[in-house]
Amino acid sequence: MKKIIATLILLVFTFYVYNTIKGFKFGHDFIGAKTQNKTISKKIEPAGKHYLENNKLENNSANVITSIVVSYRGFDTLGEVTVLFLAATGLGVILTIVRKEDDDEESSEREPSLIVKTAARILFPLIFLFGVYVFIHGHLTPGGGFQGGTIIATAYLMMFLSYSNFKINHTIFKSIESLSGLTFITIGLVGLLGFGMFLKLDLIPMGVFNSLFSAGLIPVVYIIVGFKVGSELTAVVDSYRENW
Amino acid sequence: MNWIETVYNYSYFVGAFGLIMIGLYAVMVKTNLIKILIGINLIDVGVNIFLVSLGYIKGKGAPIFSSAKINPANVIDPIPQALVLTAIVIGLAVTALSLSVIIKLYGHYKTLDISKIREMRW
Repeated sequence: MKKIIATLILLVFTFYVYNTIKGFKFGHDFIGAKTQNKTISKKIEPAGKHYLENNKLENNSANVITSIVVSYRGFDTLGEVTVLFLAATGLGVILTIVRKEDDDEESSEREPSLIVKTAARILFPLIFLFGVYVFIHGHLTPGGGFQGGTIIATAYLMMFLSYSNFKINHTIFKSIESLSGLTFITIGLVGLLGFGMFLKLDLIPMGVFNSLFSAGLIPVVYIIVGFKVGSELTAVVDSYRENW
Repeated sequence: MNWIETVYNYSYFVGAFGLIMIGLYAVMVKTNLIKILIGINLIDVGVNIFLVSLGYIKGKGAPIFSSAKINPANVIDPIPQALVLTAIVIGLAVTALSLSVIIKLYGHYKTLDISKIREMRW
């Protein structure tokens, strides 16, 4: 009965979605849907056009998406980081860590094989380095702080899976997280109080376009975000493991 | 030849809305909490794919000016991609928080089936 009702609701939904996107064409210059007397164009889009044309002058960053996320919408990114921080904190509150003192339960778990352990030990620094590469080059290549931080957390996840007694120091991870969050806000507020805009990029030299030292504060902010996301997600994965 | 063009024109949209439909079906029908969360995640991914595919223009590249040949005239609109980047992070936060709630529910009721949890029947 429930399945039939759900299928009917989905059929109605599909009908309306089909009628809405019927005229859309994938990959065309215009979306394709006809409004009153003309088709909706993708070419003329004032905000995107402004970002593309003035990005080099204003941000000196090769990756336009990075300059939108960090510079044009820097305040939005601060909110995003806050949401992630709140989720990690809420998770830590909900999953209060119960420390089990008896060793019987740990020894009853089957240890991963030697191959898994050795491969994990060799791969850990490489994955960590790749994560660092991704967030340092956030203003030049696809990627950035969030992606690099997630890659670092996957490196720790692999270590948790292959070593059952692998422990991280929660104090250090919490300090890294809080310090990087504070640094982000401080950098933003220096621009706001001294120059009247949040996150003023040219507090440090803007550098040469399309090189590692370019785009002013964008790489600095993304490195901070990378550290923050990496330590946050590692703590999240660890609190899941402790509660299993 | 006509149907090839039709498939090309609609493939990403059909895929994206297919994921949304599967997710909605899972949310409405399944009783296992983990499966419901997977359904919510599928809706999330479907919406993200739809937004990115709507912004794509054939023959234009990613908005990264890594060489002198790339100029603002032959790259796509960067705004949908920047918005999807934000949406992915928020989706991750939501998933992590709801998983922790599910763990607590399992610890309390010893089951993941919402039809067996007294307070969560519909």
